[in-house]
Amino acid sequence: MLDKNGIARRIAQEVQNGWYVNLGIGIPTLVANHIPEGLDVEFQSENGILGMGPFPHEGEEDADLINAGKQTITALPGAVFFDSATSFAMIRGRHVQLTVLGAMEVSSNGDIANWKIPGKMVKGMGGAMDLVASAENIIVAMQHTNRAGASKLLDACSLPLTGVACVKRVVTNLAVMDIKDGAFHLVERAPGTSVDDIVSATAGELVVPERVPEMDLS
Amino acid sequence: MAISKVVSGPVAALDGVKDDMTLMLGGFGLCGIPEHSIAELVRRGVRNLTCISNNAGVDDFGLGRLLQGRQIRKMISSYVGENEEFERQMLSGELEVDLIPQGSLAERCRAGGAGIPAFYTPAGFGTEVAEGKEVRVFEGKPHILESALTADFAFVKAWKGDAAGNLVFKATARNFNPMMAMAGRITVAEVEELVPEGSLDPNAIHTPGIFVQRIFQGPDYEKRIEQRTVRPQTPQS
Repeated sequence: MLDKNGIARRIAQEVQNGWYVNLGIGIPTLVANHIPEGLDVEFQSENGILGMGPFPHEGEEDADLINAGKQTITALPGAVFFDSATSFAMIRGRHVQLTVLGAMEVSSNGDIANWKIPGKMVKGMGGAMDLVASAENIIVAMQHTNRAGASKLLDACSLPLTGVACVKRVVTNLAVMDIKDGAFHLVERAPGTSVDDIVSATAGELVVPERVPEMDLS
Repeated sequence: MAISKVVSGPVAALDGVKDDMTLMLGGFGLCGIPEHSIAELVRRGVRNLTCISNNAGVDDFGLGRLLQGRQIRKMISSYVGENEEFERQMLSGELEVDLIPQGSLAERCRAGGAGIPAFYTPAGFGTEVAEGKEVRVFEGKPHILESALTADFAFVKAWKGDAAGNLVFKATARNFNPMMAMAGRITVAEVEELVPEGSLDPNAIHTPGIFVQRIFQGPDYEKRIEQRTVRPQTPQS
C-alpha cells in the first residue's frame, strides 16, 4: 500500500520530457517533488503562472505569488504570469499535456465527481470542469476507498459529475488502473498489495490480466 | 494628454453604486482583490448585490465582509470553500449561488467586455452546469452555450497604474482583473502606485486605460496570505 507521496511518485513516472503539466490540489501537488532529475517539465497553475517553483523560504513569501491552492510559491527563471482567460485558453486549447487531479469518485466509463456533496459540502468546481473537459491526458490521484471504507471506483458515480468519460488512468494507494471499454483495467499493484485486496476494494467492473506486476518505485 | 481618470479615493470612486446592482470583483482567493473598494462597499451599506467573483473571500476579509453584513443576494463564482458563513448562507437558502467553471467564468467576463454575447465550451457538458443550456457538437465533441457577463461596476486591483487608467499587474495578482476591467460599465481600478503619465512602458501595459473609468491609489494594502507555505532553509555552507 502506498502513502500519498508514493502515489505522487508513481504518477511522476508518467511525466515525459517537454511536457506542460497542471497539478490539482492535494496529492497531485506532491507530484512536483518526484519528477526525475534531467526532465524538462513546466508546471502550470490555472490562477496564472507557468514555471511554478517550490514553496518560498520563510520570510520570502509574496502575497501576490500563489498557486491555485492559494499556497505561497516561487517562480522559476523563465516563468510567465498571465490572466485567467489566457490560462484557460492554454487548458481548453490543449496546450497542457497532462492534468493530475483528485476525485471523490471515478466510474468505469471515465466519469469523475469531485466538487460537490449535495446538502453537505459545496465548495465549487474551480477549474476542474474546464480541465477534465479538455485535457488529453487525465490521471486521477486518490485513495482507493473513502473514509468509511467504501470503494471510490464505481460503475456509476453517485455524486454530481465534474466531467464525463474523461479519465484515462487512476493511481491509488493500492493500484494503477487504466479505463477503457467501460471497465477498469488493472495495470500494476502497490508494493505489498495483492490482486485480491484490489478486487475487494473495487466496486466497479475490474478487468484483471493474468500477470499484474508490482509497481517499481525505485 | 490622455483623458484623466483619477479620483480622490474610494468614496469618489464608488459614487453611483446602489442597491440591487451587479458588481464584478477581481482577485483569486485573497490575491489581487480590490481591498479598498470592498471596504467602501461595506461602509456604504449597499444591499441586495449580485457579486461576480471567482471566490467569496474568507469569513473576515475580502468578500466575506460583505457576506457578514448580508449585503450580497447572489454570488456568481467558481470556488467558495474556506468561508463558513458563505456555506451557511448557501445551504440555508439565504444566498443564491451560481457556481460555474473557472475557465467559463473568465471567458464569460472576457466575452462581456469584448462584445461577444455567447460562446461554446466543452467545460461542464454532462454535468449540472449544462442544465438548460444549448448543446452543440463541434468536431465530434459536445459543447455547451455560455453567455457573456457584464456588470454595473467592476472593481479591479492593479500594482501600478497611470492617470489614463493603464494598468500593470504583479505576478499572480493579475488573475481575473483584466477581464473584469473590460466587462464593467464603470470600471474602478485601485492601484498600489499611481505613477506619472508616460512612466509606464507602453509595450508592457496589461490593461489599456480605455477599459478603466476611475482610478485611485490605495494606501496600506493588507494583502493577507491565505495559505502560508514555506520550505526549510538550506543550511549555510
